[in-house]
Amino acid sequence: MTAILELKNVSKNFGGVSAVSNVSFGLKQGEIVGLIGPNGAGKTTLVNLVTGVHSLSDGQVIFKGEDVGSQKPFQAARRGLARTFQIVQPFPEMTVLENVSAGAVFGGAAGGIAAGQEAAQAELDFVGLGHVANEPASSLSLPNRKRLELAKSLAMKPSVLLLDEVNAGLNASEIDDALKLIEQISGRGVTILIIEHLMKVVLSVSERLLVLHHGELIADGTPKQVVEDQRVIEAYLGAKFAERYKVAG
Amino acid sequence: MSIAAVVAYTIALALIPQFAGNYETRIAISVAMFSALALSWNFIGGFTGYPSFSTAAFFGLGCYIGALSQRAGLPAEAAWMIATVGVAAFAAALGAIILRLKGHYFAIGSIAIVEVTRLIISSWGSVTGGGDGLNVPLMTGTPDVVAARILYIMLAVMGGAFVATVIVDRSRLGFGLRCIHQNEDAADMVGVDTTRFKIAAFVLSALFCGLVGAVYASWVGYIDPTDSFSILLTVKVPVMALLGGAGTLAGPIVGAGVFVLLEEFFWANFLQWNRAILGIIIVFLIFFLPGGLLKIRYKNLLKKLSANRSADRSNTVSEGEAKG
Repeated sequence: MTAILELKNVSKNFGGVSAVSNVSFGLKQGEIVGLIGPNGAGKTTLVNLVTGVHSLSDGQVIFKGEDVGSQKPFQAARRGLARTFQIVQPFPEMTVLENVSAGAVFGGAAGGIAAGQEAAQAELDFVGLGHVANEPASSLSLPNRKRLELAKSLAMKPSVLLLDEVNAGLNASEIDDALKLIEQISGRGVTILIIEHLMKVVLSVSERLLVLHHGELIADGTPKQVVEDQRVIEAYLGAKFAERYKVAG
Repeated sequence: MSIAAVVAYTIALALIPQFAGNYETRIAISVAMFSALALSWNFIGGFTGYPSFSTAAFFGLGCYIGALSQRAGLPAEAAWMIATVGVAAFAAALGAIILRLKGHYFAIGSIAIVEVTRLIISSWGSVTGGGDGLNVPLMTGTPDVVAARILYIMLAVMGGAFVATVIVDRSRLGFGLRCIHQNEDAADMVGVDTTRFKIAAFVLSALFCGLVGAVYASWVGYIDPTDSFSILLTVKVPVMALLGGAGTLAGPIVGAGVFVLLEEFFWANFLQWNRAILGIIIVFLIFFLPGGLLKIRYKNLLKKLSANRSADRSNTVSEGEAKG
């Protein structure tokens, strides 16, 4: 089966700093894949490269067989390549419903504003924000803002969803709720890439894990393979610990 | 509701020449003209949240394109149309460049456009007459007839700008512009083609200014660079829109009306303090009325006032009891 989203030798340099170098991987239709790595590993940069926020220094991004390496963010959104932000980005003075209908009207298939609102209401009910549809977005709590962000991306009817730290700042029970929601989204046939630096969160939902360290992809495999990978342990816990772990193991 | 109010207001303004003299008609023309300019500014400054100070550039170019076309022998109506289209094209070309700037940078860039266009017009003497200005063919008829005609035309432009505002407000374009206003990066991410939307808003903010400028040139019969590209005009128009309520439908009309009447009052009574008063209005707006006159919650205000009064009364009563 061919990949719906494929990165080939993707690199990004900011001046002399190489933020992402030579990363290649593919996402298959309907998969949930986790992308992990320590702070500053280049995870968010990678998402920005895929959605056209940054231009590629080198390599190719192929989405549904089409080279989309030079797309703009709004084009990515219309193609069905949606993302959420690590730092939530609502339209603060609009209502929750208007926020989500923006996704439906501009990024999704909804023809007019009325159709967009209908689609938006459905997504709000899905993520559990139906009861606050007419509140201003700025009044929501952090977990609800994260849900709003999700609803907004879902209203765009994406085929691939990039979730950039949707769980950051949530407590344990809120994370459980968010993970349930992610599984439900996956049940709708959406391919999902979850970006996280919390191992625990990703391990519980991902079918496959990618590990980024200093901008390079150092591991790609099942969660079990990855947590036992020598280079991953080194990246997270340092070379000294990895050495001891190896002896003990 | 605001649509009905604007229609009634327009009719009232249109009736002024029937019942009042030339002075009142001239003020009505000013009100209609500034309403049209403030409504134009509202597209880019109100809906989109880009603080544009290019109004005078569009107005001045409209003056000159209209005047030059009329001097070339075209009828006034054709000259006005050419000015509208010309200024819109100018804004479209310029918008692609200047709309890359944001916030303060955009504001400064947009002021620079006024200065640059003014300098070009005043240096290009062979075509524009330079600092000597241009005479524009006068409209035929008695002063009363001409003034009434200009008033109707300015009201028509104001009406056109208002209709465009209502349409934009209810369409995808208006929704997208509001998204850009609130959070441009997020708007981009949900699929709003921000560059095209912003250029559309910029062009809308320009074309009515161009038309108003061309009609103004026909009305006054003489234009020069300092008058056409006035920095004061470029500041006054946003202040009017903010005074009424930026981003609302009728706010710019309310603001322009109130401002023109205030200005007229201060001109007549405090000639030397006129500019200082404009400054005070700006400061007052920033501190006390960030949302404009239409955004004040008048009911809450009344409630607060009456609550204060009853609180005062109960205070005095309890003090009296304590003394007793």
